[in-house]
Parts: sequence; structure tokens; C-alpha cells
Amino acid sequence: MTRLVRRQGWVAGLLVLFVVLLVITRLIQPGYGSGDFGSLVRAVLPYAFAVAAQTIVVIGGGIDLSVGAMMALTSVTAASMMDGASEEYALFVVPFVLAMGLVLGAVNGMLIVVTRVPDIVVTLATLFVLQGAALLVLGAPGGAVAEWLRATIVGTVPIPGLPEISAWIPKALVLLVVCLCIIWIPLKRSKLGLSIYAIGSSELAAFRSGVPVARTKIIAYALSGLFAAMGGLALTMSTGIGAPIPGPYLLASVAAVVLGGVALGGGKGGLLGPIVAVFVLRLVRTDLTLLAIDPNVTAIIEGAIMVAVVMFGAFITMRGRQ
Amino acid sequence: MSTTAIQPVPFGRRLKRFMADRPLIPLIILLVILVVVLQILRPGIVNERWLANTIKFAIPLAILAGCQTMTMLTGGIDLSVGTVATMSAFIMATQVVNHDPAVAILIALVPAVLIGLVNGIGVGVFRVHPLIMTLGTSLIGTGCLQVYQRTVIASGAKIPPFLAWLGTGLTYGVPNALLLFVPIAVLIVLTLNRTGFGRLLYAVGDNEGAARLSGVRYWQVITALYVISSVLAGITGLLYIGLIKAPSLSLAEPLVLPSVAAAVIGGTSIFGGRGGYTGTIIGALILTVLTTLLTILQMPEGARRILFGLIVLFVTAAYLRIIEDR
Amino acid sequence: MSGRTEGGAVERQQERFWNESNAILTTNPLLDATGVVKTYGAVVALRNASLSVLPGEVHALMGANGAGKSTLVKILTGAIRADAGHILIRGEARDVRSPADARRAGLLPVYQEPSLIPDLDVASNLCLTDTPVEAFRAWVRELGIPDLDIRDIARDIPLAVLRVLDLARALAVEPDVLLLDEMTAALPANLAERVLEVVRRQGDSGRSVIFISHRFVEISALCDRATVLRDGETVGVVDIEPGVEERIVEMMLGARIEKTQRTAHQASQAASPRDSRPRLGVANLRVGTKLNDVSFDLANGEVAGVVALEGQGQDELFAALAGSIRPSGGTIEVDGQPVKFAHPADAIRAGIAYVPGDRTEALTMQRSVRENIALPFSAALRNWGPISMAQERSRVVSAIERLQIDTRAQREVQRLSGGNQQKVTIARWIAAEAQTILCFDPTRGIDVGTKQEIYKLLRELADQGKSVLFYTSELEEVQRVCDRVIVIFGGRVVDVFPVELADEPALMRAAYGLPRGVKVDVGILADIHSSPVAKP
Repeated sequence: MTRLVRRQGWVAGLLVLFVVLLVITRLIQPGYGSGDFGSLVRAVLPYAFAVAAQTIVVIGGGIDLSVGAMMALTSVTAASMMDGASEEYALFVVPFVLAMGLVLGAVNGMLIVVTRVPDIVVTLATLFVLQGAALLVLGAPGGAVAEWLRATIVGTVPIPGLPEISAWIPKALVLLVVCLCIIWIPLKRSKLGLSIYAIGSSELAAFRSGVPVARTKIIAYALSGLFAAMGGLALTMSTGIGAPIPGPYLLASVAAVVLGGVALGGGKGGLLGPIVAVFVLRLVRTDLTLLAIDPNVTAIIEGAIMVAVVMFGAFITMRGRQ
Repeated sequence: MSTTAIQPVPFGRRLKRFMADRPLIPLIILLVILVVVLQILRPGIVNERWLANTIKFAIPLAILAGCQTMTMLTGGIDLSVGTVATMSAFIMATQVVNHDPAVAILIALVPAVLIGLVNGIGVGVFRVHPLIMTLGTSLIGTGCLQVYQRTVIASGAKIPPFLAWLGTGLTYGVPNALLLFVPIAVLIVLTLNRTGFGRLLYAVGDNEGAARLSGVRYWQVITALYVISSVLAGITGLLYIGLIKAPSLSLAEPLVLPSVAAAVIGGTSIFGGRGGYTGTIIGALILTVLTTLLTILQMPEGARRILFGLIVLFVTAAYLRIIEDR
Repeated sequence: MSGRTEGGAVERQQERFWNESNAILTTNPLLDATGVVKTYGAVVALRNASLSVLPGEVHALMGANGAGKSTLVKILTGAIRADAGHILIRGEARDVRSPADARRAGLLPVYQEPSLIPDLDVASNLCLTDTPVEAFRAWVRELGIPDLDIRDIARDIPLAVLRVLDLARALAVEPDVLLLDEMTAALPANLAERVLEVVRRQGDSGRSVIFISHRFVEISALCDRATVLRDGETVGVVDIEPGVEERIVEMMLGARIEKTQRTAHQASQAASPRDSRPRLGVANLRVGTKLNDVSFDLANGEVAGVVALEGQGQDELFAALAGSIRPSGGTIEVDGQPVKFAHPADAIRAGIAYVPGDRTEALTMQRSVRENIALPFSAALRNWGPISMAQERSRVVSAIERLQIDTRAQREVQRLSGGNQQKVTIARWIAAEAQTILCFDPTRGIDVGTKQEIYKLLRELADQGKSVLFYTSELEEVQRVCDRVIVIFGGRVVDVFPVELADEPALMRAAYGLPRGVKVDVGILADIHSSPVAKP
């Protein structure tokens, strides 16, 4: 029991924080209801995937600076492919874009393994490359999205006889949970998942335990690319277009990873913490908006919070090392 | 054991060692090749006016690349230079409406110092990775600038004539910007080679533990470094707006990536401890010529970014080989 | 090109082995490595190493520091690839490319640093290596740890237990060849005993063990044969029998054993009428659990030796005196003034300089000799300004000349030889005129000539009135350099010898925590270390 508390205490604390923030939101805006929650989840969706993409790499002891650019590229690719195309064509676009994310992520991993250049430099370079590619695909925000894709994240999941509860279960949330669980749960239970934790915790010990370090690293980056592609799709789904210049997903993902209890050195933490953390960060933004604070000031406060969180995380890591 | 220094070395390794010792020569050769290619593609383009223009556009890039050089020597990077340059340019242009230009410039450099200070403390004291830290402060800086823009939206902006003169003017065919650049370049080179602070930048980047054992306090060096880097970026912003003459909220943003690439091409190791500013200046020239070349070839902005990203990756990887092979 | 001759050499050598060890003609070796070569750039780690292990034998792998033991182990277990050589497992040529390959081939190592993943619990670690849990549990109980919870995170488990778990994990998959690297180091006596017992039984059950250890007691009690490496070459295979230790030592040391009788260094005259106030006074110094209550003085003009086995708290003592770590208790006085160091800069201001044993910790490898030596000059904030190049040059050059540093490759310190690099680390503090120098094993891994120069230099420094605290892992250095020897064991000062009494057997006894004066039988151990001295 105490072990459970120790291991999951951080996530539990975050959940409590989230609930407290919800209550505060209700106090600020008594009318805050299921509809607003739905739009919160829709806003969180691309961030959550960005965070998932970052989490898996950070657990493996790396960092992926190209998350935002990857999302931009996949988003514009999807949007420009679906522009003027039939509804059915999107059935092909979605797997294509996901595969693209997977492959580009794997390329990231391979470059790190083959060139032996530190991950932070390699992904910085691929950040530029992917950004350039996104600009080549779509010079300015544009494109379109299939209607049925948009519909998958709008509205709620009807539960017969329980309209009260079903109003609080937006489709976007279900989509998020399903997408994350489909990949994360089997991974966490497999030897591959353990291997990712192992190389993040101690590459030498992992190597000596017979873990194929290079392969594991490439797979971690590939999965990160896959999550980023999901994020790109989510972005296109929620905005209806593709934008070649990515939002502040990189910093947000790193901040949420740190806030979610995943050590920046690797080997520790899980996916739930960062996902809850990203909800917390978004809800803070909602609250600031509800308080009628200038959206630009909100951006500053948000940025300051993220920087503070990252500084705190680095400080903890440093203390842990001593 | 002590014979490693005198044993005959194979040619390949000698070449690598030569490249590591004298990175300037291959760089200059590359620059000349690019100019020749340009001349072949567009006969007659290489003339006095083109030269002056190239230098004018290379200078702001070269100063920002100086920020990257110094931070990279310590194993860091400063991605906030674009935001800082934009901020000081924008603030100066709006403040000069109501204030004396000198006062406006001083006001404009205050946020630069602040951002540098926050960067330095984040990196030096809290040990945040410089990339993340400077990215974060640049995000905050952009937010602040947007808020600031609202407050001054009515007052308008203008560019003091002497900044325009400095940014675009020529005297006997020589860009006036050199008046600012030459002292800055000399100062950076002297700082790196002939001052205690410069020595510490190299030492900290090469082996932080060894520097510590020699009594160096990491946070002092890093904090000072990022403040200097930010101030330089602020000055670049002032010069750049004299060149571009149109204040915007993303004025110097496009220079960030090339500034990193210029320092990397110039032979400064992104891992720290190795490199110098002269190579960076040539790197900035190479990139400016390359940009002209790409424009002539009608390469879109996207392709340029891809190319720069690949340059950073390949040069770093090649560098690693040179270092490891010894 | 010289493959033929090399092959011939190998064969001849093998022949010699066969003749030397008579028990092996009947069975085929389980593991047979021949002609293994490994170089790192210009450095030759293994010249021509071979190792042959029979089924059911416990085979010791021996050699002095730097003889190539660890390189050979890494090659056998797939951690690195050899440049040349053959590895046969059960008579079959195997290309062991990774630790996973080695596992599949039935070869399992237990390294000195446990290879459990620190952030995973024990159960996950077992899963990661496909280790059967029940067999693991059985071995853990067998090895003397009754109450293990396999949901514990490896990071939270004490080092000694972790090493035993690592061993149990290896045993649980029933490897044909178990490779143990200094297995009993860091183990408390009761666990060590259990471990040795299990290893012995492993041999009896027809499996083989390669046993790497410095402790002759263990080897003579446990092993059947020993392979001895020297300078990257297998120089002999011997059966373990009474009296063989002498031969092993001869093989390990090679020509070095014939060196002339050393002359004990004469305690310097300057140090004799001791200053009433010591240069450095350490009282009841404690650091965590590693250093408990250490007190001693260091006089002006004195070289005080520190002798201790690995990991007895000497690292912490030096780090605390250098300001690298903060002591958890006790006082440090410099010239009678109490001091507290929060950063090495504080210690340097008090005139205390630290020369770490590992050169890579002290040098900025890509920078020049000059910059490395001048580094402390620029450290303080007030010295950040312009450097007077002429003044710097004169200070640096005089230090370079004094240490006779070979400056042909001075552009980058990493191009210097190890000995010259070590000189640079010391030259830095001579140029900075540090009053007290803490030298941590400064002669580790450098050539004999440079060692001599360093001894001479330390003596000269003392004669000029400077104080030196000198930790060494080579006991023979003590009499060459020191005025006095402080012996540390288990984080405490257990004895202080005047140099006249500090012969190697006495030091060795003290280092093992045995009282002075009482003639205690320390077995082969004492014989080994006294043998060169005893020789006429």
C-alpha cells in the first residue's frame, strides 16, 4: 500500500490538483459545465499527443525537440491531402499520415544511433528539416478535413439512460484515451516497454542485461513520431486546416513531462502523469481566460509557469544526482 | 607511451588534424567556390554593389552567430536571440517617437539584459538545458512583446535616421554597418582569446568538472555569458531594423536558425570547448551567399530550412568523427 | 602480414601452457580464447591474450592494474569487439557481438558494478533478462538473503545485496561459464563467505567459473588454475598449489621484480623540527557513511602518505579537503584558522590544490598545455579581464620546464602522453603556487620514468616548505616519497607510521585493519607483498 502511494502519489496529487482547479473554475464561472469541459478536452487533444510523444522518448533517456515540427508536418500533409478530396479518401489519409510519423520518428532514432550525435542536436536539426518540409507542403495555413473526421471529436458519447453522465464524456476524451491505451498498455506490459525504461535508467546496465540498446532507442523515437502524427491529425481535426508553423508544443510537452513526474534523465514515470499534467496546464489557461485576462498576458503567464516547472524539474534532477 | 606525438600519422588523420587545427582554410575555399558558382549561374552578379549588399546582410547574422559561438563554446545554445533582437528593435522604434534616440535605445536594451539574466540563472544555477531554457524565455518574451504592442499601437513607430544610415548606408562603397561590426568582432575575438573570461568559456565547455576543480564558479561564468549574448542580440536588433526598416513582431526570428548554422559551419563545436569567432564570421558569409544562391535557384523558404537543418546535422556528425579519431 | 609468425607464437605459447598445466590433456576446454588483440588508437590494450577454461573448473584470471583483464572480460562477454583472435565455446567458433550473444552462448558475467537497471524493480529486471523467478529466489536464499522483496526498486537496495542479486540472477539461468569480476569486493564477510561457497559448488557441478580477484587467499582456496596477464599478453597458466603465489607474482611483475633494492627516503631535515602550528589540521572529519572520524595534521614541508585499500573513505577525504564535497562533521584548519569549503574555489583560496587520480577529471583535453596550466589564474571574478600574455607565459614556461613536460604536442593536451598529461595537472598548481597539494594516486597508469620525476618533484616541493598529502595505491612509493604514512581503514585512521617503519608488509597489514606489532598471520597476502623486499 505504501509502495503504491509512493509510486503513484505524484499522479494522485496531480489528479487532486486538477479537481481543485475544476472547482475553482466553477467558482469563477458558475455556468462552467459539460460543454466547456468538452471544449477543454478538444483543446488539450493535440497537446496530449505531443506530451505522449515526448514522454516515451524522455523515459528512454532522450529528448525530442522535433515534436512540434513533426505535428506541423503531419497536420499540413493531412490537410492538403484531404483538401478537395472525397470523404472516403480520408480513410486512406489517416493511416498514411500515422505511418509517416512512425517512419520519420524512426529516422530520428536512427540518426541518433548512427551518427552518435547527442539526441538534442539531432532532433534540433530534424526540427528545422521537418519545419522546412511543412512549409514546402503548405506555404500558408490552409487545406481541409473530412467531415466525419471532424465529427469524431465533436460532441459526446451517448450512454443510453444516463444523459447526465454522458454529457461529461466528450468524444475527444474517448478518442484520446483509446489512442493512448492502444499503444501504451501493451507496450508497458511488454519486454520492449521494460527495455525503454532500462535504456533510460542506465544505458550501460541495459546493454549488459542484453537489451538491444540501438533498436530500442529507434523504436522509442518511432513511437514518439507516431504519437506526434496523432497530434498532427488531432490538430487538423480540431481546426479544420493545417498550419505549417507549429504552436508552442515543444515547450508545453517538456513542461508537462516534468510536471507529470517523468525525470528528465529518463527511466522513471509513466504516461498518466504527463497527460494529467497537460490537463492541469490547459485548465490554468482556461481559468486565466475566464478571469478576463488579456490572452497575450495569459500566454506570458503560461510560458512563465512552464519555464518555472522545467527549472524546478532540472533542480530536482540536479539534487537527485548529488 | 610518449611516442604518440612523433609517430608518423596516416594521411587521413593528418588531414583531419589539419582541419581541426586550421578550420578557416577549407571554409574560405568553400566561400570562394560558392561565389564562383554564383558568378557562373548569373554572370556579372558579383560586383561591388553585390559585395556591399552581401556584407550588409551578413553582419546582423554574424553578430547573432557570435552569440551562438560563445554559448556553444560552453556547450550551450541561445535560441532567444531572435526574440531579443526583435524586442529591442520594436521597443526602440516605438519609444523613439516620444524619447530621445539614446534614451530609447537604453530602454530597448533593458528587456535584453533581463532575458539574458533569466537565461543565465536558469542554465547556470538551475541547470536547465540551455535549449529548453532559451526557448522558454523567447516564448515569454514574444508574449510580452505582444502585450507591449497593444499599449503602443496608437503611437506608431519610426526608425531614427542614423540607424538607417548605419544599417543601409555606404561610404565610398563600404557598408557603414562595418563601423559597428568591426569593433564588436574585434572585441569578441579578443575576449575569447585574451581575457580570463574567454578562457573560462572554453574551459567550462570542455570539462566543467576540471574547471570547477580549478576554482571556476560555473554559475558566474554562465550568467555573465547569457547576459552578454542577450545584449549583443539586442544591439543586432537595432542594427537590423535600420536595415529592414519595417518593425514587426517577428523581425529577427528568421535569423535564429542560420545563426546556429553559421557557428556550426564556422567550426565551433556544439559540444563545447572548441571553436572561435573568425570561423563563425566566414560561416555567416557562406550562409548569406548560399541564401542568394538559393534565391536565384528559386528555392522556397522550406527548402532552405531543410538545407540548414541538414548542414547542422552533418557538420556536427563530421565533427564528432574528427574528435573521436584521435 | 605477420599473421603467420603471430600464429606460431600463439601455438608455442599454448604448448607451453599445456606443459605447465598437466590436468587438461584429457578434456576439451569449455571456453577457449586465443590470440585476442585489441587496440584503442595507438594504445594496445591486448597484445596476445588467451584464456582456456575447462569444464568444472574455477579459473582465476590475474594481472596487475592495466594488464588487460577488464578488456579481455569485455571481449569475452560481447561488450566490445576484438580486433583479432578466436573464441571457441565448446569447440565451436562463436562470434560474440553483444552481451545478449554471450548469454545465448552460455557465458554470463557479473561485473563489479551491478548491471541491474536502477529504476526498475527486481522482478522487472528478471523479466528483462528472461530469468526464471523461482530459480532466482532459490539462489538468493542460498546466498544468504532470506527476506528479499522482488518488488523493490534496484536503486533502493544496498550495493552489497545488489551484487549478490546480480550473481543470483546469473546463477538462475545456469550458465556454462560464469565470469565473476572482483565478486567479493564490497561484500560483508558473511555474504562473501556464502558467495565463495556457492562458487566452489558451481565448479563441482561441472560448470566453469572465471574468477577475477586480487585476493590470493580467495584464489588459493577456490581456484584450480590461474591465467596470468601482463601488458596485454598471457604470460602463463599455472595450477593453483601451495607455493604457487610466488610464481604468479613473478609473472605479473615480469622484469620489474628484479629492480634494485630501493633506498628508503630519508625523512627531510626541514620537516623534523616541526612547526608548532600545522599547515593543515583535520579533526574528527566525517563524510556520510564513508568517512567516519578522521583526524591528522599535515606540517609545512612534509609529504604525508595516505594508504588504504579501495573504497575505505580516501576518496571522500580528499574531496572534502579539496572543497568538492561538504563534510558532514568535524573541522578543517588551515594555519590554525578553521575553514569551511563550499566550493573548490574556497579551498584554492586557502592554498589547497587537488590533483585527482583520473587525469580526465582535471584537464580540458581540447585546450593547450598553456591554457590548462593557466586555468586557475582566470578563475576568480576579478581575473576575468585581459590577460597579460607575457606574464602568463613566464609563469607557465617555468612550470613546464620544472616538470620537463614534453611540449611538442602542446596545442591540445589530449595529444600528450599519459605521463605528460599528469605532469600538466601538477604543473598547474606549481604555477599557481599552491601551498598545499593533495595528490590522489598521481602515478596511476604512467610510465616508470615519469613516476620517478613525480617522486622527485614532490620531495622538492616539500623541501621548499610546501605540504603534500599523497594517496597512493602502490605501496612501494611510500618509502620513496613520504615522511609519514597515515593508514585509513573503514573510514578511520587506524595507524600513523614514521616512514622508517613503513615497509610494505607492515603497511599491508595496517591497511587490512590489523594491529601493528602483533605478528598476525595474514597468509599468502603478506608473503606476496614482502617477497620483493625479502629478496637479496
